[in-house]
Amino acid sequence: MPLFDQLYNFACWLTQDRTEAEDLVQETYAKALRGFSSFQSGTNFRAWIYRILRNTFLTSRTGLKATAMIPLDAEDADELPAGPETPETVMISNSEQQLVQEALETLPVHFREILLLCEAEEMSYQEISEALSIPIGTVMSRISRARKALRKILQQKLVRA
Amino acid sequence: MDKWTGQIETYLDGELSAGEMKEIDAHLRVCPACTADALKQVQFKRALQSAGRRYTPSADFREKVRQSIAARPRRSAVWFWLPATAVVLVLFVGTVTLSIKDQRLALQNTYSELADLHVTALASPNPVDVVSSDRHTVKPWFEGKIPFAFNLPELQNSEISLVGGRIAYLGQSPGAELIYLIRKHQVSVFIFQERAVGHLPKSDSTLQRQQETFNFCSWTQNGLHYFVIGGMAADDLSKIADLFRNAGRS
Repeated sequence: MPLFDQLYNFACWLTQDRTEAEDLVQETYAKALRGFSSFQSGTNFRAWIYRILRNTFLTSRTGLKATAMIPLDAEDADELPAGPETPETVMISNSEQQLVQEALETLPVHFREILLLCEAEEMSYQEISEALSIPIGTVMSRISRARKALRKILQQKLVRA
Repeated sequence: MDKWTGQIETYLDGELSAGEMKEIDAHLRVCPACTADALKQVQFKRALQSAGRRYTPSADFREKVRQSIAARPRRSAVWFWLPATAVVLVLFVGTVTLSIKDQRLALQNTYSELADLHVTALASPNPVDVVSSDRHTVKPWFEGKIPFAFNLPELQNSEISLVGGRIAYLGQSPGAELIYLIRKHQVSVFIFQERAVGHLPKSDSTLQRQQETFNFCSWTQNGLHYFVIGGMAADDLSKIADLFRNAGRS
């Protein structure tokens, strides 16, 4: 099954629930099988199947709830306060994988998904654009804002710690 | 730094054009602030990548999905998996092709840098730091100056003569540059540790290439990467390469 592990990981991050993620992956494969004729030969298979998974998620109850709460293109204008410790240095010094995972969990879903596609799946901007059905310019600005938002969450966690 | 800050993110995502990548490469070499920023961002990306690959499906679930797919009418499964496998293969071939392209670009950049170093030596009134035609003088001169040792070929009864040597830097790693004369043509032989030029493809056999009117040949041997560059015929360069290869075996 192509991309099974990656799709499962992505589904878990979207739903934040393993049972829901399993349903989502299963439904994705079922839809892919049924609708393979809609896949255009020569286009990107990975982006296509991720798009099916994401669209299925967005129309699920969890997906609707997750996206209803978020203004999709709200600017993240707050600048980070300067300090001796940055999210990056803390990650290096403490190998805070758990901290980063918690921060990712708290990110709005549209930021979380684009960071995962870019960093964990190492997709190109073009692939992300196809998977999320958004223009490349939006991919670039959203990735940048997602990183900024993640740094901000990490910074807040550090201040609290 | 402001001009570059936004671009560094895109640069690290590998999404700039080759020209822009080269421009930022050059800038990072001279700007400690941007280099520090780039380093932090690389660490951030790595941490995210590792944190993002968090969930693994259970064997039971994998089997469940496999069975649910297998239970479907055979025709549809074949229609799905055959093209899907083909697409995955195409993706794989595409990835390999991109990787080969990256290596070619890295090789081209390296050759350009070495051509610059060679031209600098040609233009300089003092092209070498140790002036001697005796390999037993030149080789010990490098001891303690570079983090590796190498053998120099015996040139008696040959039309090639050693002029001397100097330290050269490639990608911030020190190496040896040896200058030879062959029928009044100056040739540079560069030797670097393989790990210092790890982005280049390894090759036990000698690769030949022409760039910026110079002929090049290169090979890897005993953990070292050798480059020979000069303006003469490729055959003459091969003679020097063969001498070095033989010296490396002894």
